[in-house]
Amino acid sequence: MTRKGRRLTLIASMLVVLGAAAGLVLFAMRDSIVFFYGPTELAEKALSPGARLRIGGLVKDGSVQRGDNKSMTFVITDAKREVRVAYTGQVPDLFREGQGVVAEGVLVGPGEFRADSVLAKHDEKYMPREVADALKKQGVWNEGAPAPSASK
Amino acid sequence: MITEIGHYALVLALALAIVQSAAPLWGVWRRDAALMATARPVAAAQFLLVALSFAALTHAYLISDFSLLNVVENSHSAKPLIYKISGVWGNHEGSMLLWVLILALFGALVAVGSRAMPLDLAAAVLSVQAWIGAAFLTFILFTSNPFLRLAQPPIEGRDLNPILQDPGLAIHPPLLYLGYVGLSITFSFAAAALICGRIDASWARFVRPWTLLAWLFLTLGIAMGSYWAYYTLGWGGFWFWDPVENASLMPWLAATALLHTAAVMEKRDALKIWTIFLAILAFSLSLLGTFLVRSGVLTSVHAFANDPARGVFILAILVFFIGGSLALFAWRAGRLRQGGIFAPVSREGALVLNNLLLTTCCATVFVGTLYPLALESVTGEKISVGAPFFNLTFGPLFAPILLVMPLGQMLAWKRGDLLGAAERLTVAVGAGFAAALVLGAIRGGPVLSVVGVAIAAYLIIGSFVEIYGRIAGRGVTLGIALARALGLPRSAWGTALAHAGVGVTLFGLAATGWGVEVVQALKSGDRMDLGPYQIEVREIAKRPGPNFEATVAPIDIRSGGVVIAQINPARRFYPARQMPTTEAGIATLGLGQVYVSLSEQNPDGSLDARLYWKPYVALIWIGALLMAMGGGLSLSDRRLRIGVARRARATAAQPAE
Repeated sequence: MTRKGRRLTLIASMLVVLGAAAGLVLFAMRDSIVFFYGPTELAEKALSPGARLRIGGLVKDGSVQRGDNKSMTFVITDAKREVRVAYTGQVPDLFREGQGVVAEGVLVGPGEFRADSVLAKHDEKYMPREVADALKKQGVWNEGAPAPSASK
Repeated sequence: MITEIGHYALVLALALAIVQSAAPLWGVWRRDAALMATARPVAAAQFLLVALSFAALTHAYLISDFSLLNVVENSHSAKPLIYKISGVWGNHEGSMLLWVLILALFGALVAVGSRAMPLDLAAAVLSVQAWIGAAFLTFILFTSNPFLRLAQPPIEGRDLNPILQDPGLAIHPPLLYLGYVGLSITFSFAAAALICGRIDASWARFVRPWTLLAWLFLTLGIAMGSYWAYYTLGWGGFWFWDPVENASLMPWLAATALLHTAAVMEKRDALKIWTIFLAILAFSLSLLGTFLVRSGVLTSVHAFANDPARGVFILAILVFFIGGSLALFAWRAGRLRQGGIFAPVSREGALVLNNLLLTTCCATVFVGTLYPLALESVTGEKISVGAPFFNLTFGPLFAPILLVMPLGQMLAWKRGDLLGAAERLTVAVGAGFAAALVLGAIRGGPVLSVVGVAIAAYLIIGSFVEIYGRIAGRGVTLGIALARALGLPRSAWGTALAHAGVGVTLFGLAATGWGVEVVQALKSGDRMDLGPYQIEVREIAKRPGPNFEATVAPIDIRSGGVVIAQINPARRFYPARQMPTTEAGIATLGLGQVYVSLSEQNPDGSLDARLYWKPYVALIWIGALLMAMGGGLSLSDRRLRIGVARRARATAAQPAE
């Protein structure tokens, strides 16, 4: 093969691989990316039911109700708006009323959410960053200050 | 007093690092041998000082010196000894000190092992290494000083985060840092080559052992981290595409590419500029990883207490080193003599394809990890990019690497014979089909698992076909074949073993599709089937531990009525932090595992649990071990030894214990 041919082969294979990668990334971006909203943002966005989302905020005090077969409902709040969440399954170790939480799932109706996974924070110091931001936006919590209902 | 000595040693180390970053480089500029010669002793002294400082901090942890803020926040007098030691790097400040310790260690190793190197190259390498050292020592001293005293020391500390109270902490961070920071050496070599303006096959021979060493530790570190997450988080998963995991995967991909391209450079004196670029890229990605973990800009399982000032400082370091090295690259790379372009069908052609695919994979991980950050800073929208994205992009791009891997191994340098190579791989392809048919028939299950297992079998067999071709043949007796096998260069065995390791890991990953998962509330005396086994909960009991209280559910695992294993999954509660943890009960049966993790206790006394049967799951990590062993075997090859690598291995292994 000539020098020119070799160079062309190299450039062509580069274009093929990079093109494939770009195509895959764009395709995956369309379908497998999940937006995150706090309850207030969610209310403002007026999304249609069926949208796949993550909702974050604090678990409202006294809102956790457990049903049969690990089903439960709770309310995520940012002190202004609330979202009712239905969930079936185990919740993480640090899921508690008054603590930060992120729920991933599908919007069922306005302010109604069906979660298929629930994430809580990792230790008592740490607040999921999205939740912290969502709360800060509503002026409920400030950086450095203890979490609104610290466990100690 | 010891604490003050440690603090002072750290300040002195910074001063030496500054000297080391300037004097030898000035010597290279002025062609002054005396100035260049300062680099080696200063690098050694810098390492000793950082080691002294690290020892002082360890001492403070051992004696529970609660006049140190760092010790108060992360230790407790009742903590077991091993966690007092590993707790030194179980927090931000201490882990940065470990980072710098390993950096200084590598600098000292280069200083000791660089006798064979041209003086100006060694001086420039150590100088660049000292730039990195100086930057991070400044970072520690000004934003993350572990030696800060408290005016009024409390009586008791706040204990280490319970999730970190695990042997994994003793092993995972040191291994990972040896890998991350080991890449700084290749970076320094690349920068030094650019500064000195020359690069040749001997440069590649100096760099390759260091790359192998860093890659080996990075592989082990990632595998260990994955296993740790698997058994400690209680979710039964081993890879979450978490930003911090991605941050370690990206340098690994770049280092893997570098490892292969360095071979081309050594053998064929080509791909020089690309090799330099990869060396810069690999360490830049390590730095990026450090930034992502420490700044807290991304939500992840690795939650260090974050401080915006630290994030900004590391970002500044990141910009300086990545920007600076790329600027140097743009300025000087043109001066390096280029190698030729070679035939597409050849060993080097296959290695170029490997590099192309690996760096593209790396790029998709990069996009997936940083896109949320970019989008948020531009539009304010928050998104999460999870496993589906990476499965859709990384998977299809990595698959061709797997398919081409044995083929590339069979091709000759310069001009390969594609048909011949394919022909010799018939056995491997046959093995793949056989594995697919047999396991598909026995277990059925998802198509992806069957295909994955087929590719894995093809990879494992294919990795050794080349060696088989070299030692066996018509009329060769077993004795001759054995003698030939022993006579082969160890790097050939290393390559085969590492490639087979990839196949073994793939096998384990593919087999996850055949797993069984049950979520159920367990009561004392419960019996149930789990995969091929039957399990019985003996009791649910409370047991106190040294600094926690535990609820345990001892479980018998039976096969055909006989108890073959017992596990004790537990839930612990650590009063000092008011925090529960899950201790999964894991029994390794053959290559599979029974995995039980407990969560909350219900009002009726039963315990919610997740029970898994995971066939062949151990292969995921065994494969990684094989890859690392392959790397080690190559490292012990005569051609790569030059004294440097062997000593480096012996010494570098120490802090990991």
